[in-house]
Amino acid sequence: MDVAIAIVTGTVIAATPLLFAAMGELVVERSGVLNLGIEGMMLIGAVTAFSLSFAGYPAPVAVLAAVAAGAASSLLFGVLALTLLANQYAAGIALAILGGGLSGFLGRNFGAAPIEPVGPIHVPVLSEVPIIGPVLFGYDPMVYLALVLFGAVWWVLYRTRAGLVIRIIGENPQAAHDIGYKVIPIRYATVVFGGAMAGLGGAYLALAYTPLWVENMTSGRGWIALALVVFASWRPLRVLLGALLFGGVNILQFHAQSQGIGVPSEFLSALPYLATILVLVLISRNRRMQKVNFPASLAKPFRPGH
Amino acid sequence: MRLHFEPRPTPSFAMQVLAPVAALGLTVAVGCVLFALLDLDPIETLRIFFVRPLSSANGVSEWLLKASPLILIGLGLAVGFRANVWNIGAEGMFVIGAICACGPALAFGEGGHVWLLPLMALAGAAGGVAWAAVPAFLRVRFNANEILVTLMLNYVAILLLGWLVRGPWRDPYGFNYPQTAIFGPSALFDPLVGGYRVNTSIFITLAVVAAAWVFIQWSFAGYRMTVGGAAPAAARFAGFRESRAIWLGLLIGGGCAGLAGMMEAAGPLGQLSPTISPGYGFAAIIVAFIGRLHPFGIVLGGLLLSLLYMGGESAQIMLKLPAALTRTFQGMLLFFLLAADFMIYYRPRLAGRR
Repeated sequence: MDVAIAIVTGTVIAATPLLFAAMGELVVERSGVLNLGIEGMMLIGAVTAFSLSFAGYPAPVAVLAAVAAGAASSLLFGVLALTLLANQYAAGIALAILGGGLSGFLGRNFGAAPIEPVGPIHVPVLSEVPIIGPVLFGYDPMVYLALVLFGAVWWVLYRTRAGLVIRIIGENPQAAHDIGYKVIPIRYATVVFGGAMAGLGGAYLALAYTPLWVENMTSGRGWIALALVVFASWRPLRVLLGALLFGGVNILQFHAQSQGIGVPSEFLSALPYLATILVLVLISRNRRMQKVNFPASLAKPFRPGH
Repeated sequence: MRLHFEPRPTPSFAMQVLAPVAALGLTVAVGCVLFALLDLDPIETLRIFFVRPLSSANGVSEWLLKASPLILIGLGLAVGFRANVWNIGAEGMFVIGAICACGPALAFGEGGHVWLLPLMALAGAAGGVAWAAVPAFLRVRFNANEILVTLMLNYVAILLLGWLVRGPWRDPYGFNYPQTAIFGPSALFDPLVGGYRVNTSIFITLAVVAAAWVFIQWSFAGYRMTVGGAAPAAARFAGFRESRAIWLGLLIGGGCAGLAGMMEAAGPLGQLSPTISPGYGFAAIIVAFIGRLHPFGIVLGGLLLSLLYMGGESAQIMLKLPAALTRTFQGMLLFFLLAADFMIYYRPRLAGRR
């Protein structure tokens, strides 16, 4: 029973950084922009959150700083892709490389120094109920923040005018421009939102998931978040589902490693990456389903008035 | 008066050539600011970065030694990039190439054969091709995004290498270090000049430069791929199949990266350990773009990125700066290059206030 509870809670915790980053990217992509640089933005968020926490600032300050750093790094991509009309694939790859290098540089003096991790909340009575307590009320505040932001993104995308405009711009920027929407500023806003969410994901990794700084500590989660958006066919609910699925694979292989089931640990460590490929294949083969919510202008540069 | 940009009637060739120079200039400028912030003398630091590494014969040897795999991988990637095939898995293909080359080398041990080195080269290239065939097949058959598949396979390749050198291929006389036995002499390239590490494998890179130039500039297959990348609709109309371009783009990229991995294993490394690449597969993406996806440009790009690696090492030794600084500069270089590329297609104009 304890193992089952540990697997469930571990899955939720492992899903949280993916959920942050993938929900951010979902909004970016729905506006017709493809930012491949999530890995870099997450790392910048992670190193920012870690350095502030290391310097003794309280966790909320560290998290807010990571959000700001993630957003600022996404602006670098924004200038390239939206103002200078650069190829979005290349611009995203540049951000991924730059973020990896810069975060390694900024984190050069941390060694393996630990910090005080963001701990679980404690709700009187509820947290003590067997099974339900730990499974529902035993997480750190950022897990709940991720769920709240998930709900907020869904609501904004599907229930507000702003969300409608974002989706129209992703579908047909020229038409949106013609009826008077400012395509480029709105795309800047979604890109910055995506950066802030990636920063949150990075902060979660550095403050709660593994509270120490390791170079390239995201180990591909930024790319897995990108895959999640494809897996979700650009729909929020399936992003949540996908994040939990990947969190589950991660935790299962982790438990298998610690139990020592006679399979080399490298093979188990490869499982999340292989699962990503498998899921991509299963989802992408149905081209018709992929097209329903696919933002038609994705990754195509747009220059108003031309 | 107001500055605005208007599209050029035709892309500017001069800007094509100038953009990498501008990108390097901007990277150096930002680098100087960064050095100043770190309380380092910018001029002296630049000297340590760009002059000191090349101020000895050994430095020049190392420069060419590092440039060779970067150029080779960059050439393969450029063929794909021209066709809009986004292979970011060269790092994994490089590792697989080294692994596949290591198999025959370990099997022969100290004993050797004149055909061992060619066999290793063949195995390395074939390994890279096979690794690249996975994303190509999944893309063509199942429409799975090649960017994500190639990237995921990087992690898988590195884990596979880690397992081999810690498990079945670990040197039994290696004091339990996670590394293979050292290759026998017939599994290693000869030095180009005695006493220096640069070796005869550089001729392979030069041959591939020439072959890539012929393929891109003169062959019909190369032409079809370039059209497919630049104007997919026109290519489809002309009957050029997209799937062919994906296969060719990825397999050529994999073959080149695999061969580069073999050259690294049979050259400066001489054995395998858990980390065999300082990120060559990613740096080669920048090499390809800096080189304007043209073989001769890629040679220059490879020399530049190789120099950046050496400068980073030099700064590590002299100034205790971290290795991540090299990757920061790499990222900045690509960033500024893409920014400068704007000027290829647009030109500034001053317009009066209306």
